[in-house]
Formats: sequence, C-alpha cells, structure tokens
Amino acid sequence: MERANPSPPPGVRAPWSARLRALLRAGRGRRDGMVENRLWLDVLTHAVLIAGVAIVAFPVYVTFVASTITAEEVLAAPMPLVPGPHLVENYKEAWLHGAGNSAAPVREMMFNSLVTALVIAIGKIAISLISAFAIVYFRFPLRMFFFWMIFVTLMLPVEVRILPTYEVVSDLRMIDTYTGLTLPLIASATATFLFRQFFLTIPDELAEAARIDGAGPMRFFWDVVVPMSKASMAALFVIQFIYGWNQYLWPLIVTTKEDYYTVVIGIKRMIAGGGEASVEWHLVMATAMMAMLPPALVVILMQKWFVKGLVDTEK
Amino acid sequence: MEKRVVFRSRWLPIALLAPQLAITIIFFFWPAGQALLQSLLQQDPFGINVEFVGFENFRQLFNDPLYLASFRVTAVFSVLVAAFGLTISLLLAVFADRALRGAGVYKTLLIWPYAVAHAVAAVLWLFLFNPTLGIVAHWIKGYGIAWDPLLNGGDALTLVVVAAVWNQISYNFLFFLAGLQSIPKSLIEAAAIDGAGPGRRFWTIVFPLLSPTTFFLLVVNIVYAFFNTFAIIDAATGGGPGQATEILVYKVYKDGFKALDLGSSAAQSVILMMIVIGLTVLQFKWIERKVQY
Repeated sequence: MERANPSPPPGVRAPWSARLRALLRAGRGRRDGMVENRLWLDVLTHAVLIAGVAIVAFPVYVTFVASTITAEEVLAAPMPLVPGPHLVENYKEAWLHGAGNSAAPVREMMFNSLVTALVIAIGKIAISLISAFAIVYFRFPLRMFFFWMIFVTLMLPVEVRILPTYEVVSDLRMIDTYTGLTLPLIASATATFLFRQFFLTIPDELAEAARIDGAGPMRFFWDVVVPMSKASMAALFVIQFIYGWNQYLWPLIVTTKEDYYTVVIGIKRMIAGGGEASVEWHLVMATAMMAMLPPALVVILMQKWFVKGLVDTEK
Repeated sequence: MEKRVVFRSRWLPIALLAPQLAITIIFFFWPAGQALLQSLLQQDPFGINVEFVGFENFRQLFNDPLYLASFRVTAVFSVLVAAFGLTISLLLAVFADRALRGAGVYKTLLIWPYAVAHAVAAVLWLFLFNPTLGIVAHWIKGYGIAWDPLLNGGDALTLVVVAAVWNQISYNFLFFLAGLQSIPKSLIEAAAIDGAGPGRRFWTIVFPLLSPTTFFLLVVNIVYAFFNTFAIIDAATGGGPGQATEILVYKVYKDGFKALDLGSSAAQSVILMMIVIGLTVLQFKWIERKVQY
C-alpha cells in the first residue's frame, strides 16, 4: 500500500492538486466522510436497505400473522396478511397444551430450552476460564499437549461423530437427562482460546504483585482475573446462550421423552408425522414466535456484546 | 507469547484442566476413535457378528451411487448457499456502510435472524413454500410456475437453500460491515478525486481490500453449509424427495440411526472429519494472512 505523499517534488505539479483545490472549494456542503453527494445514490442506498430489511423480516411477519388467526384461516390459500384477533387464545393454547402430534406444552419445552441454554453457556464459560488460566499461568509437563488436545475438538463437530457419541451417552445412561442434553456440549476450544488471548494481555505486574503479597493462584484468579474478564464473559455468554437455545441435532437424539424436549425440537415434532392435514399451523406458528423470542431479545438488547462475541470468537 | 510470571503448583493446573479434558476425552476423542475403528469393521445391526474388513467400507462408499449423489448434492448446496449468502450480505453491507443516517437501525434490523434456530428457520420457510397453503408458493403458482417442494427435487433444494441463506445473512453482513469500516476513507476519497465513480471505486479499491474478509467468510459459509445445516434439512425436507436434499451430514445420521449401517456410517464420519480438518486448516491460513496485513 502506498504512503500518502504530502509534498510533490519541487517543480513537479501533482496532477491532482488543482482538481483537489477545486473540489475543496466546491464541496463545502458535503457531509462528513461521504465522498460525493448524489441524491439518487442516497435514495438507492435507503431503498436497498429497506427492501433488505423487509425481505429478511417477511417470514417472521407471516409467522406472526399466522399465529393470530384460526386454523381455517391459515388453510385458506392465500392466507390473510393482516393480523387477526386470536393472538391471546392461540398463544395460551400452545403455552398450556402444545400442538399437533406433540402434546408437550410450550411452557415445559421453553423451560427445558432455558435450562439447556443456561447450563451450556455458563458451563462453557466456567470450564474454559479455568482451563485457560491453567495454561497461561502455570508451567507443567504436557501443557502444550493439553492445549492442542482442546484445539483439536474444533475439528470434531458433533455432526461427524454423531453415532459413537450417542453410544457413549447411552452407555453412561444419560439419555433423557439434563446432563445428557448439556454436558457433552460444554467443552469449548473457542472459549478457551478467547480467554487465553485475553489473559496474555493482563500485565505481568499484577501477578507479580499478587505473588509478593503472598496471594496464591486461586486468590489471584478470583480477585484479579475473574473481574477483569467480565467483558469477555458477557460476549461469550450471548453467543453461547443462542448456541445452546438453538441446538437441534443433539437434543433430537438424546431425548426420547416429551418431558425433555426443547422448544426447537418440539416445533419439529409438531409438524412431523400424522400427515399434512393434522398440522395445527396456527399453534405451530405461535410456538415458533415464542421459540424465537428469547434469543432474539438477547441479540437485540445485548447487541454490543453480541457483536464483540461473534468477532472475538472468530479471531 | 508466554507469561514471564507464573505460579508454581504440581496438582492445581491439572485440576483446573480436568473438567475440560474429561469432557474432551469422553465425548470427543473416544467417539472419534470409535468411528475410526468401526469404519474398518463390518457388523450386522444387532452387533453379534463383527468382522475386520480393512478399507472395504470406504471402497463400498465410493462405489455407491447414492453416496456420490450425496456428495454432489452437498457441493451444489454449499456453492449456492455461499454464493447467495455472500452476495446478498455484501450488497447490504456496502449500502449500510454508505448510509450515514440510520446505519445503526439498519444494522439492528438485519442482525436478529442470527438468533433464529436453524430448525425454526426451516419451519418458517417450509410454511411459506408449502404447496397447498404457503403464501409464497401461491405467488409462484400465480406466475404459472409449477411448485411442489414435497415432490420436486429442485424445488426442495431451493427451499433449503433459501432457509439456509436467510439464517446466515446476518453473520456475513456483520463481518462485511466491519471489513468495510476498516478500509481507510482516505483511499476512497483519493480515488473519487481522481474521478473514479462509485462502481469503479468498489471494484478497484473496496473489493480487493475486502478480500481477506471475503475469503474468511467463504470458508465459514462452506463449513456452515456442510455441517450446520443439518437442522434445516431435517426439519424442512428430511433429505427428500428421494435423495434430492440429502447432504453428507444428513446421510451419516440416516445411515447410522435409521438404517443402522454402523460400518458405513462410521466410514462416512471419517471422511467428514477429513473434510473438517481440511477446512479448518484453510481457515487458519486466513488468520496467518491477516496477521501480515
């Protein structure tokens, strides 16, 4: 990349300097940071973005409309595109009794999803925090070997080792338990890396001071490392909560009883089997709205941490 | 980079690492080892007769037209998901980067689909594209085009591609926007002064400077299409009709859990592991390149 050259060699008149001066004179009304001010380009910009937002939101809008009308209205092709008056009764019905072929009430499935998401998010943060602490602040045999072991798990997503992992969980009698739903998903190479990177930026003076004061490693961990890591933890929490809430393949195979269905699995069960006609779409759509709400709220309300978490975990 | 100041303890670091290592060994390495082992064995569904067959399972796979078809479906699916996902989100990011007013609002309104579970996204689009009651299906048919993702393989593939792209746009968008915002404004202004129009500036300055981000997102999107779209396939089409949307991860699941063909499923797992390893190496190449920038 070329460096900016502020003064052209003597005698050489930079070809752009005249144009630059003319532009500066003419460009008084220009907005900051905008290269030029063409009206049609501004109109196009907002038109494209509004169209993008509308297309992205469209499926959710239709879902919302479908969740506020009756089963008969959903089946009338084309269904209406304005919300109807049955919002409360549809949501209440799904919340208390579920829908279609799965009789599990959304209330219970949402609870299972919440437990799964919280245990996975907090568990990942906790075990990665202490692993990274051990790797950064201690010297011991096989340290790098353990580090690589954690790293390699990145290359073994659950999708590629699905059957043997299921066999392990089944041998450990963890099918249809919260432990089975969450524990195998708690290891995290990305979270361990993130904390390791962060710990390496903590000034050595702090650890030195702690040692001089006679504070042990765990005291240092609780008093210095944990408070300083709060921002990383918040960012990771947002990402991992969404990850946990939205899990599909794993809950699908380790839950056989409706008592342990998460809401994402529940939706799939509501539309599967029993044939087209038996699907109660208005209730399925009410369930879908409820299933989307918690993670969407987390993203929107904690947007800053969400963006940080996404960007940091990919470093 | 290493710490100068460290603590001394024999057992403490091991105790701190123990939970992570235990989970890693029990739920990652042991099953992966099992997959490797089983890929070399053949057994009947009841596990009574087990026989060592070497690479027979792999040989059978690569002679199996269904497996090769699944490879083809996966390739087409991931190319479509990556191409549409990247193009649409780049377009939106370029305009969002340009919009000074309301950029934050647009950003918020474009990132939330990340929060929607893949399976829920699949159900949403399945509903829109449902041949009897879907509103989008109704519109398509209004143009006189035949539409039935339950019977037509191409329609089914379209459905899962649309759902997968919709779910991934927000992620791509955020990374493209961050990439665009890190391009020095002075470069763009200099080009404008030299008389380059917006289109020319995009292709000669912005796009080349964005190439590390694009490359990174390309790998991420391929990984996504290969492995993370299982939920979309399962909830929307179940791999059907026929094998039209049966991508590799769906076939591993189906052969393992439904057909109980353990040897073949394990061999497929091993092949998939090699693909992940290859893609991860590619991704780390990107990180090395980024460091030099």
